Formats: sequence, C-alpha cells, structure tokens
Amino acid sequence: MATLHPLYPLAGGLLIGLSAAVYLLFNGRIAGISGQLALAAGWMAGSGRALAVLFVLGLLVGAAASMAWLATPAPQFTASIPLLLAGGVLVGFGTRLGSGCTSGHGVCGIARLSRRSILATIVFMAVAVLTVYVMRHVLGV
Amino acid sequence: MPTMLVALACGVLFGAGLVVSDMVNPARVLAFLDVAGDWDPSLALVMAAALIPSAIAYRLRRHMPAPLMAERFLIPDSAVIDRRLLGGAAIFGVGWGLVGLCPGPAIAALVTGAWQAVIFVLAMLAGMALYRYLMPSPS
Repeated sequence: MATLHPLYPLAGGLLIGLSAAVYLLFNGRIAGISGQLALAAGWMAGSGRALAVLFVLGLLVGAAASMAWLATPAPQFTASIPLLLAGGVLVGFGTRLGSGCTSGHGVCGIARLSRRSILATIVFMAVAVLTVYVMRHVLGV
Repeated sequence: MPTMLVALACGVLFGAGLVVSDMVNPARVLAFLDVAGDWDPSLALVMAAALIPSAIAYRLRRHMPAPLMAERFLIPDSAVIDRRLLGGAAIFGVGWGLVGLCPGPAIAALVTGAWQAVIFVLAMLAGMALYRYLMPSPS
C-alpha cells in the first residue's frame, strides 16, 4: 500500500464534514450512514426514508465519480470470507444496537459534543484497535 | 423536493470524501487501527478535517429556529449511557477491526466491484435486519 499524501485524507475529511454540515443546516438531520441505511431499508422507525435512499444513492454516485476521476487503485482486502461475513454481521448489528457509527457518532456526535457519541466513539475505536492487535500481533491472522 | 436534492448532494459529497481520503481501502483503515504495526495516520486526519465544518454547523444551528429547507431539526436528544450504546459500540468495533470497513466505506467500496465488498455489505445488511427483528425496541 502506497503512502498517502496528507492532502488526500484532509480534503476527503473536509468533504465528509461538509456533507454533514449541509445535511444538518438544510435538512436538519444527522448524516449517520448506519442510520441512513437502516432507514432506507425500512428497518428503522422515523421519517425521511426517501431522503435516506437518495443519500445512499448519492454516496454511490459520488464514490464512483471520484474513483473514475482520481483513477484510485482497487481497495485492498485481507479478510477471508468467514471474516468478511462475521465482520459484516457485527458491524450491521453493532451500529444499530449502538445507534451509530463513525459518521453518526464520530463526525456528527463529537461535533455537537454529545456525551453519548464521545463515549461510543472511544469504545468502538478502542475495541477496533484491540481487535486488530489481537488479530495481527497475537493470532497472526 | 429541495430536501431530496440536498440528500442526494450530501450523499455525493460524502461518497467523494470517502474515496478521496482512501477510507474505502480497508488496508488503509486497518493500518490506522494497527497501532503496534506500520501505522498510518490517515483516518485521524480524515476525522479531524471532517470535524471542522461539522462543528461549525452544529454551533450555527443553535442560533437557528429551524433548518433552512426542512420543518424542524431531527437530532436525538437522549443522554442515556446504557449497555445498548456501549455494547453496540463494542460489537461494531470488533466487526470494524476484523475487516477494516464501516458502513459508509462499505457501501462506497461496492462501486469498485470488489466481491469482498459485496459479501461484507450483504452480511452487514443481514446484521441490521437481525437487530430489527430480534431486538425489542429500546424503552
């Protein structure tokens, strides 16, 4: 994996933050992807299902357009099929149980100084770090 | 209608941000989480940069009676720290650490056609459905 010039994560982060800012100020909503997905799928109560569907569609379009424009190399996966399945189910279940993910709790929740979000972010970050440590440096997977 | 255009536009910005920052690349994310290994700070930079416009917006909104194009703000006001929140965060953390993808990047990665992304997203949707149909509604 090539080293990434810091300009890219900074610029990308600004775009993500801008998305969250506009979604809040114009639509009054939190740009939390796990929530938008659940809402779009009809698995979460609340208004804005059509908006959520459009948000997810927009995400796909924005990603595709950027990928084409930047000619980004393919993402590098190291997880085996069992890990992909387990990881996916845990992420899906966990984000719903915990009411959010890196965008909802991280980008939006921390920005509004929500104690719930700050704590949730600390927990999922710490657990993720621990998981990677165990996988890579203890189990050698 | 205007709110729909905003939703679409925000999605586009978000998806673009994920690709530009390379957060759709699990290897890059895992390298950030791998504090004992060949550490990559990118995710921290993404988060820091994202918080700037976001924090400004959440500050501004305190002075606004309503959003610019919708009827009202729909921001959760719960302050409860419970097992659901922390347990859910922990479960999410394990899943994230196993693969290096969280919901947004997982969806974005689909456009690469990577079969691993397809499997992950299907499993993620299954996990969400499992929650919806297994768990009682929060009190």
